[in-house]
Amino acid sequence: MLVSLDHYLFVAALLFTIGIVGIFLNRRNVLLILMSLELILLAVNINFVAFSQYLGDLVGQVFVLFILTVAAAEAAIGLAILVIYFRNRGNIIIDDIHMMKG
Amino acid sequence: MIFSTFLFYMLSAVLLSSAILVVTARDTVHSVLFLILSFLNAAGLFILLRAEFLAMVLIIVYVGAVAVLFLFVVMMLSHERGSPYHFGRSYRLIGFLVAGILVTELLVMGATWKTSPEAFQLIFAPQGTKTNTEALGHLLYTHYVLVFQLAGLVLLIAMMGAIILTLRHREGVLKQNIQDQLNRNAKDSLRLVDFPHAR
Repeated sequence: MLVSLDHYLFVAALLFTIGIVGIFLNRRNVLLILMSLELILLAVNINFVAFSQYLGDLVGQVFVLFILTVAAAEAAIGLAILVIYFRNRGNIIIDDIHMMKG
Repeated sequence: MIFSTFLFYMLSAVLLSSAILVVTARDTVHSVLFLILSFLNAAGLFILLRAEFLAMVLIIVYVGAVAVLFLFVVMMLSHERGSPYHFGRSYRLIGFLVAGILVTELLVMGATWKTSPEAFQLIFAPQGTKTNTEALGHLLYTHYVLVFQLAGLVLLIAMMGAIILTLRHREGVLKQNIQDQLNRNAKDSLRLVDFPHAR
């Protein structure tokens, strides 16, 4: 294979950094923060699959399956919390989310 | 092969640019759509890495479920997003500083990565001659069966949590009450009336 492991590591590193920048840039929007988290998890998954392929060990791909499971659960719960928060408060501006009580 | 190299560069370029557009797009719906595009490109990268099963799972789970969930929530909670850049310049500066340090670290680490030769003796599950899906299934249902069950439990709890969190009982909505329906009997729902015969 001409494309080496480093190439995939570079792409994953850049994707991870884009996710981090996304959290900083969209500080006010919870939805965008959740999407940035998905990007970060995707970068981790790319790393896992690349290592799994280049070392010839399938266990990395099993890990990716579990990361996908947890990421899907996290997205579902996060969005559900967001929906009830919006229902109670009428907005989802993150600066206002500083009280635990109604 | 030249073609796979070309494919790698094309997929990564679209992946990274759509990821940048996810975090910078003005409209949240556009962000979700670019997120879908980046997941599709990541699935292409997985196929290049010969992980077909994970590529298909990524498309089914992410594009089919999670991204659509995001899309629904974005449309439900449509509100003024405001300018994303109106919270002070210093905060953005700190963000880019952290990102710069992070990307430098990661790239330096990636560039100097050396796989030690002992790593190849520690391989637990070689691919062998089986297809990717078959080998992964074999691994998942033998050595990782407990963790597999645990993943199912995580999904079950997430599903129950999402349902319970968003469940609400509204006033004035007519609902089917199965208990009442089953407890009905002819005695208290049917009344026989004798009509006097008209002569």
